[in-house]
Amino acid sequence: MLFFSYFKELVGKEVTVELKNDLAIRGTLHSVDQYLNIKLENIKVVDDDKYPHMLSVRNCFIRGSVVRYVELPPDGVDVDILHDATRREARGS
Amino acid sequence: MSWAGPEDIFLSTSLASYLDKKLLVLLRDGRKLLGILRSFDQFANVVLEGACERVIVGDLYCDIPLGLYVIRGENVVLIGELDSEKEELPTHMVCVSVPEIRRAQRAERDATDLKGSMRKRMEFLDLD
Repeated sequence: MLFFSYFKELVGKEVTVELKNDLAIRGTLHSVDQYLNIKLENIKVVDDDKYPHMLSVRNCFIRGSVVRYVELPPDGVDVDILHDATRREARGS
Repeated sequence: MSWAGPEDIFLSTSLASYLDKKLLVLLRDGRKLLGILRSFDQFANVVLEGACERVIVGDLYCDIPLGLYVIRGENVVLIGELDSEKEELPTHMVCVSVPEIRRAQRAERDATDLKGSMRKRMEFLDLD
């Protein structure tokens, strides 16, 4: 639940999602769900000449199981709050 | 897993907003399917109507019609909403027939295999 709650806080921020098939997509985080499926809006594919089929895609749904990384804005993280939440979760809620 | 509360409705990553829209579905095996979303479920299983596979080799492409498809969710990488106002493909790309794209695919596969085998043969040289 921790990462689901954490991503909910990041809705509206710009993130870059790197997938396991090496495709990287930058976009605004629109929504996330309990499976950490991600919906991005106004996307820009990194290295877009390698992926011509994505040219007219503006919004997309990414299945959580195929995500390798989610790159966040450097000021997008309140580390203290994250630490507290992690400690609470580790304590076995 | 807790049940979604009333506030979660607005944050739900539902495919409902994509229903009856023309979509691009990327599969784990690298295939690109296009079609109209008619149904989905919590596993991202998907029903695509009028599906076709868009095969792209270099600057050549071909749309192979498939019909009504049910895609098992575990194979889905990404589902993209196609913007009807934007070009689906760069203008320099050329549409070719199915036999021609198959030939291009085979040529590309042979070139990749050749590169792989040549690299293996060069490895013993231990060049640095």
